[in-house]
Amino acid sequence: MRNNSLRSKTAGQTFFWGWVLILPTVVGLMVLNIVPLITTIYQSLHKTGDFGRGYIFIGLKNYEKLFSDKLVRQSIINTFKYTIIQVPFSVFIALVLAVMLNRENMRGRSAYRTIFFLPMVVAPAAIAMIWRWLLNTEFGLINNLFNIRIGWLTDPRFGIYSVAIIGIWSDIGYNMILFLAGLQEVPRDYYEAAELDGANVIQKFASVTVPLISPVLFFVIVTRMIAAMQVFDTIFMMMERANPALAKTQSLVYRFYQASFIVKEIGYGSAIVIVLLLFILAITAVQLIAQKRWVHYS
Amino acid sequence: MSTKKMNLTTVFMHAVLIALACTMVLPFVWMTLTSFKTNAESIQLDPYLFFPTKLRFTAFETVLKHNNFLVLYKNTILLVGLRILCAIVTASMAGYAFGRLKFPGSTIAFSIVLIQMMIPSQIFIIPQYMMIIRMKATNTIFALVFPGLVSAFGTFLMRQTYAMLPKDLEDAAKIDGLNIPKTFLYIMAPLTKSSLIALSVFTAVFAYKELMWPMIVNTSKDSLVLASALAKIKGQYLANYPEVMAASLIACVPMIIFYFFFQRQFIEGIATSGGKL
Repeated sequence: MRNNSLRSKTAGQTFFWGWVLILPTVVGLMVLNIVPLITTIYQSLHKTGDFGRGYIFIGLKNYEKLFSDKLVRQSIINTFKYTIIQVPFSVFIALVLAVMLNRENMRGRSAYRTIFFLPMVVAPAAIAMIWRWLLNTEFGLINNLFNIRIGWLTDPRFGIYSVAIIGIWSDIGYNMILFLAGLQEVPRDYYEAAELDGANVIQKFASVTVPLISPVLFFVIVTRMIAAMQVFDTIFMMMERANPALAKTQSLVYRFYQASFIVKEIGYGSAIVIVLLLFILAITAVQLIAQKRWVHYS
Repeated sequence: MSTKKMNLTTVFMHAVLIALACTMVLPFVWMTLTSFKTNAESIQLDPYLFFPTKLRFTAFETVLKHNNFLVLYKNTILLVGLRILCAIVTASMAGYAFGRLKFPGSTIAFSIVLIQMMIPSQIFIIPQYMMIIRMKATNTIFALVFPGLVSAFGTFLMRQTYAMLPKDLEDAAKIDGLNIPKTFLYIMAPLTKSSLIALSVFTAVFAYKELMWPMIVNTSKDSLVLASALAKIKGQYLANYPEVMAASLIACVPMIIFYFFFQRQFIEGIATSGGKL
């Protein structure tokens, strides 16, 4: 009896302190995220005046408008193009680099690591300015070094690829660090066993490395895809609104920014960003299903 | 034979690694070289100039005269510092409760954390901006920090950390008669130092890189951060690349220096926090 009341006293204390400790986070997340999520969905169904005045319910009209809006439709294509290029290249190059650096007695490992990781600590705004200058058609280093005249950032055919190259360059180091951490947990015996069976470098990579770090690989691919779908900074910093390549380069988030904060149609902006959310959720769901075929958790 | 083959592979790998390392460094070298050129030198084509003819600080002087970088540094440091402080305090508290205490409602509360982590941050921006307007807080440090007052990612990371700590410590604390807040503060929290460093690095890097939010809420000249100031500068000096490069250099040098001093913490911080997400 006495024991019972003691336990309920502890349970009461745990309940009290548990809620006290999580309260700031729960309240913060409710105010900053959960309520805004609902507000954004609500706004996307309304025609809105200048920042929050005069909501008129219009059902799915914003969404209808969105899919007949040529700029938005093109920006969806651009966003997917960027993701399909940026993610596989940045992941594959990073994985190969990580495997190289993970070799036994590899000299200069930490120096390489430090250098490859460098773009991660520089603001994308600055990175975009540097690349904008490097890729300048007339005076840029790249065109003058190779004696070519490619409009990397002004030709509608190349814009999105240039942005993707910068995205790959920026992310290699970050992905590599995550792969290196994963590789360090792979026991060397596996490689020795594969070597005894006469496996070459590529066979070892495909049949030992990839399956063993597949959980990390999966994690990196999922998070990189989610991030790539939200590309904005580079495009915003590198292209002025009069740039002829903008229409074929701008991303969904760029359209969202324009609609919400330049044109100030927040109902329409909300609809754009909800569509982005749906795309991201769909891609993630597909990957969660597909992972059962190739990710091995030991 | 075998060692020779090994050596060849190693040489080949170093060649690839060095080539890629150059690709990583070259843009920064080019930024530095350009920032010391005159505008005429930077657009000279015949012959194309790789190096400035002499070390000149004109571009830096112009940029520093027209922009108060001290204020920009101050705002950026305050943004980063306050975000770290908020994340560490709130995420430690919640992480301990979610990771070690069993109480009614904790599962539902934790699902809010997971929901936030799955949703792209742009979803929240318009309503958050409207709150800042209603609070009449545009152009303030508070506005910069606002979306990072609590950290869902940090809560998740700290929950994982606390959940993995050994149980006997807590039992010993209970036998000694320590109550929950004391056990948390004196026994458990000191053991999470490496996760807190990881969280700080992670928070710092992403707060420093943020562009859209600071650009929206703070538009007055003395409330910008480095990233949003660059967005403004690009419009002013676009015809003068030495000045744009000088501004970019001033904006990214502090973090790079910081990175070289604390490389291990940076890299391990990202590896542990990124890997746990």
